[in-house]
Amino acid sequence: MFETLSDRLTSVFSSLKSKGRLSDADIDATCREIRIALLEADVALPVVKEFVSHVKERARGAEVSQALNPAQQVVKIVNDELVRILGGETRRLRFAKTPPTVIMLAGLQGAGKTTLAGKLARWLREQGHAPLLVAADLQRPNAVQQLQVVGQRAQVAVHAPEPGNGVGDPVKVARESIDHARRQQHDIVIIDTAGRLGIDQELMRQAADIRDAVSPDEVLFVVDAMIGQDAVTTAQAFMDGVGFDGVVLTKLDGDARGGAALSVRHITGRPIMFASTGEKLEDFDAFHPDRMASRILDMGDILTLIEQA
Amino acid sequence: ARSQSALGRGLLELLSRDRLDDDAWDEIEDTLITADVGVAPARAMVEELRTKVKVLGSRGHDEVRALLREQLLIQVGADMDRTLHTTPHGERPAIVLVVGVNGTGKTTTTGKLARALVGDGRRVVLGAADTFRAAAADQLQTWGERVGAEVVRKDEGADPASVAFDAVSKGIEDKVDAVIIDTAGRLHTKTGLMDELGKVKRVIEKRATVDEVLLVLDATTGQNGMRQAQVFAEVVNITGIVLTKLDGTAKGGIVISVQRELGVPVKLVGLGEGPDDLAPFDAEAFVDAILGD
Ligand SMILES: Nc1nc2c(ncn2[C@@H]2O[C@H](COP(=O)(O)OP(=O)(O)OP(=O)(O)O)[C@@H](O)[C@H]2O)c(=O)[nH]1
Ligand SMILES: Nc1nc2c(ncn2[C@@H]2O[C@H](COP(=O)(O)OP(=O)(O)OP(=O)(O)O)[C@@H](O)[C@H]2O)c(=O)[nH]1
Ligand SMILES: [Mg+2]
Ligand SMILES: [Mg+2]
Repeated sequence: MFETLSDRLTSVFSSLKSKGRLSDADIDATCREIRIALLEADVALPVVKEFVSHVKERARGAEVSQALNPAQQVVKIVNDELVRILGGETRRLRFAKTPPTVIMLAGLQGAGKTTLAGKLARWLREQGHAPLLVAADLQRPNAVQQLQVVGQRAQVAVHAPEPGNGVGDPVKVARESIDHARRQQHDIVIIDTAGRLGIDQELMRQAADIRDAVSPDEVLFVVDAMIGQDAVTTAQAFMDGVGFDGVVLTKLDGDARGGAALSVRHITGRPIMFASTGEKLEDFDAFHPDRMASRILDMGDILTLIEQA
Repeated sequence: ARSQSALGRGLLELLSRDRLDDDAWDEIEDTLITADVGVAPARAMVEELRTKVKVLGSRGHDEVRALLREQLLIQVGADMDRTLHTTPHGERPAIVLVVGVNGTGKTTTTGKLARALVGDGRRVVLGAADTFRAAAADQLQTWGERVGAEVVRKDEGADPASVAFDAVSKGIEDKVDAVIIDTAGRLHTKTGLMDELGKVKRVIEKRATVDEVLLVLDATTGQNGMRQAQVFAEVVNITGIVLTKLDGTAKGGIVISVQRELGVPVKLVGLGEGPDDLAPFDAEAFVDAILGD
């Protein structure tokens, strides 16, 4: 079994080595392998189709036919395209002109929102900010306490006026947290919300109501790097339901290839801003498009392959 | 745009066309891929079906539909034994260990399972062997109160194996019917944490037999689900899979390969966040959801 794209392409390349030019059939064969590799990395099918057809188009162009080694050139195009899409215009957090800056987190159940709230708060505190965490998940059992513990670990204040476990109105908590932050001199407010499904219209409405109540400077969509083909449907649902400005990819410390990064970026056009890489609060990093591209394609091997070819 | 609408249309409708051309077969493959079945298994399934249709000669679309559904049911293992072993051994409670990567729904599933057993007139002890995650024991405690099961817990940072041992001991002393142990989420790639899980199981086995080791898989998981299942199976010998969050749009197609490769059946599915949102795995409903019927 071919495990990685480089394994796959080695077989395609070996038959191409002697040729100076790529025929359409060669390009098709290469693109077929790329398609499989992307699908095995969990890039969503509609995104794969568009991506591969774009690569094919470029592969037929002058840059390839005039290249010294056309097959390598195709792989280089794939890598460049991946980095381009994943990177786009990367940007930093937007801070409000008049504090507090409001950051709202949204995503599916268990994606890593509450943990991320702690990570962001810690990171911002270390940069000299005074963040406030807001417990607006009043649904999932003991989400409020979880945020309180996380806040303690991050050494930041937590606004948790309601006990949760079904008691309290998350929209009200979120709305009032802004005044509270002003009074307590917090320059950043991070709002943790309950996990919700894209198709849960009632809860999606609630997320939109929270958004409208606090007018966030950033809505961040938190998504698990292990997600498969559903990434497209879910990202689109959150885009339509609440809208978001940036994406955070979590659980990147595992061995999932993380094709969702490409899917979400491609479908929504929103930049991936941060990577969450563990359960501890310091396991957090800016997102690196080049690392992600090589992760999706197992590019470590590919680069060696290109050198050998 | 064309591909998306085709995907949205559902397989069975596709098959009601007069003639199956290459495009139609491709779209069938696409539908399977979109359900996270995986590209190689999807391709193999379509090839097999094509051969079957060819051998049988051109039949009406009703027959082709039936063939496809039948084939998927075989893949899903409609006749697998999915019994959940939760009956006590004489005086000793049945022991269930719940494992999986982070955030899949272990604690929720533990609570729901307790609810089902309690509803059946049985006495249940829950063990909060997640001593790592913030407020994990509190979360399980809430579930315990909700469903009427006692919870054995220790301080944050305590040794999870010792919590599990205490919970099992408590269950034996109180002569309850079942003990369910909730464990911390851990990625299968973290060897230290996987060793810790192995130890939890070994320590329990000093006092009792572990009847079920349930791997909780999130239906939104893509191809990585296979690796998760393989590694957890190596470390704690899983006996069943719980496929959670099937109330969303994800189909959970990865479990087809997981079941085949490991021979471990999906026993339960999670269909929501409430206490009653747990159901036995229904192969036909699972297949029909993939087919978009
Ligand atoms: N390995 C790893 N685990 C993570 C990461 N981020 C979060 N987790 C874990 O994933 C699980 C779920 O995280 P939460 O932060 O509770 O997720 P959530 O989105 O708030 O969940 P709900 O509120 O239930 O929707 C916990 O066990 C976290 O410790 C990460 O980057 N890597
Ligand atoms: N929609 C839906 N949500 C679920 C289901 N099962 C669990 N959840 C939600 O998923 C989130 C995570 O569930 P938990 O039970 O905390 O997951 P866990 O595996 O114990 O998480 P860790 O202990 O942090 O690894 C919570 O918000 C649950 O309410 C399900 O079947 N459907
Ligand atoms: Mg949360
Ligand atoms: Mg848990």
